[in-house]
Amino acid sequence: MGILIGVLEQGFIYSIMALGVYITYKILDFPDLTTDGSFPSGAAVTAVLLTNGVNPLITLVVSFAVGMIIGALTGIIHVKFKVRDLLSGIIMMTALYSINLRIAGKANVPLFSQQTVFDNSFLSAIFPQGLATYQTAIVAFILAVVAKLLLDAYLKTKSGFLLRAVGNNETLVTSLAKDVGLVKIVGLAIANGLISLSGSIMCQQQRFFDISMGTGTVVIGLASVIIGTNVFKNMSFIKATTAVIVGSVVYKGCVALAIAAGLSATDMKLITAALFLIILIATMDRKKKVKKNA
Amino acid sequence: MLELKNIEKYYNVGTINEMCLFNGFNLTVGDGDFVSVVGSNGSGKTSMLNIICGSIHVDGGNVVINGEDITNKKEFLRYNDIGRVYQNPAMGTCPDMTILENMAIADNKKKSYGLSMGINKSRINFYKEQLKSLNLGLEDKLHVKVGALSGGQRQAMALLMATMTDIKFLILDEHTAALDPKTADIIMELTDKVVKEKHLTTLMVTHNLRYAVEYGNRLIMMHKGGIVIDKSGEDKKKTGVNDILDVFNEISIECGN
Repeated sequence: MGILIGVLEQGFIYSIMALGVYITYKILDFPDLTTDGSFPSGAAVTAVLLTNGVNPLITLVVSFAVGMIIGALTGIIHVKFKVRDLLSGIIMMTALYSINLRIAGKANVPLFSQQTVFDNSFLSAIFPQGLATYQTAIVAFILAVVAKLLLDAYLKTKSGFLLRAVGNNETLVTSLAKDVGLVKIVGLAIANGLISLSGSIMCQQQRFFDISMGTGTVVIGLASVIIGTNVFKNMSFIKATTAVIVGSVVYKGCVALAIAAGLSATDMKLITAALFLIILIATMDRKKKVKKNA
Repeated sequence: MLELKNIEKYYNVGTINEMCLFNGFNLTVGDGDFVSVVGSNGSGKTSMLNIICGSIHVDGGNVVINGEDITNKKEFLRYNDIGRVYQNPAMGTCPDMTILENMAIADNKKKSYGLSMGINKSRINFYKEQLKSLNLGLEDKLHVKVGALSGGQRQAMALLMATMTDIKFLILDEHTAALDPKTADIIMELTDKVVKEKHLTTLMVTHNLRYAVEYGNRLIMMHKGGIVIDKSGEDKKKTGVNDILDVFNEISIECGN
């Protein structure tokens, strides 16, 4: 039971990051490695704000905004300076490592008594004692659903239509007299906003910031997106955003199973990589990408 | 009015494959003209369209629209006045979006793409009417993804989307070349109808000499970056497919084919 709750908590928190990866990977067709840097950025900002007594909800908004700035920078490097998509992300990811250290002040910031979105006076007042074990999972679920609904709503706006069109057919967007580059920058900003937001929530749940917490984030995100979209491939009534959240939970479930089967927690990154490879081979999702980039 | 003045265009500059395509190319297209452009491969037809739309840059000369020099204007900004349909039906639509979404996104051209709802429900009937005029039954498939349609259906939609808003110029780049003869005829008739209804100044590149002769009020034949035939009005009406074919053959003999 404890494992299941842990899987749900982690799955829902990481699913917000996966929604961001869904925007870059599926909608924009942009392999964005900024993710590994923007996820801990959200956490770093949150750690600093919470230790300074800022309201946890405000830290969510600030983390999202910081992520948007990071994403926009990746976009500007790619669009304005014509650096290849993969390299733009690598440049930002590398720079962010140092920037995150600067923001947090040190490589590890623990949060002891501070209120978080998972643990504050308001929640303890409304949650009945019996539900305490599920409190974190429920809050994480609510946050993931809110993020999903907001993204769904955005994708139905005119701006969202344009974003979807850019990934589909850049020529059409140019024909509509719109700057393709600007749309890409906006898309990357929103994606990294979500990723940074997810980092902020993760930091509040585990109650510490760690400089290395971003390593492998993009792989987790990609795995979630690919699992989700493939599981529900033939069910068109299920929105891709819903599928991504389910994918994230399934992925975390697989990792938990591997650890339960006897692998140690230090094998985490190996499990992450191996699982991702298995998913790619099983879904044949790699085919399209290899052909395109070859 | 659209003017190309003294256009110069070179390819592969600085290599042994350096090639001069245009050297002092001039063309003036009057308002409301429907110009058919024919010519062999490599004669500069598509390059000319790309120069007008800004997809490729010129090495000299000016592109002027209604007196405004747009030689250095960005490609996407030029499309405020230009609608374009490509040879590949996939280029004019978004395959992963539904017919309704495609219509809505095209309908919003020249306005801002902000945070208001992408689909304006009060416009749906208008979209249905427009689709109905195509006679392809698309008006009953509003929620079908465009990627599921046939090439002809997609090209018809691309034409509709390109001409939906208030544009001045329509650029057709071999837009019937990828279609079967029957569908090509339907698209060509639709094109003629739209051009007449909206009084669009049109440039149509085609390899179909019959279309070039039958449609439009001016016919241009290009060869090696120059214009070898330029007929308009009565002169064009008297021109038949065989007349053009004769010139084609002459040119081929000159080139040693």
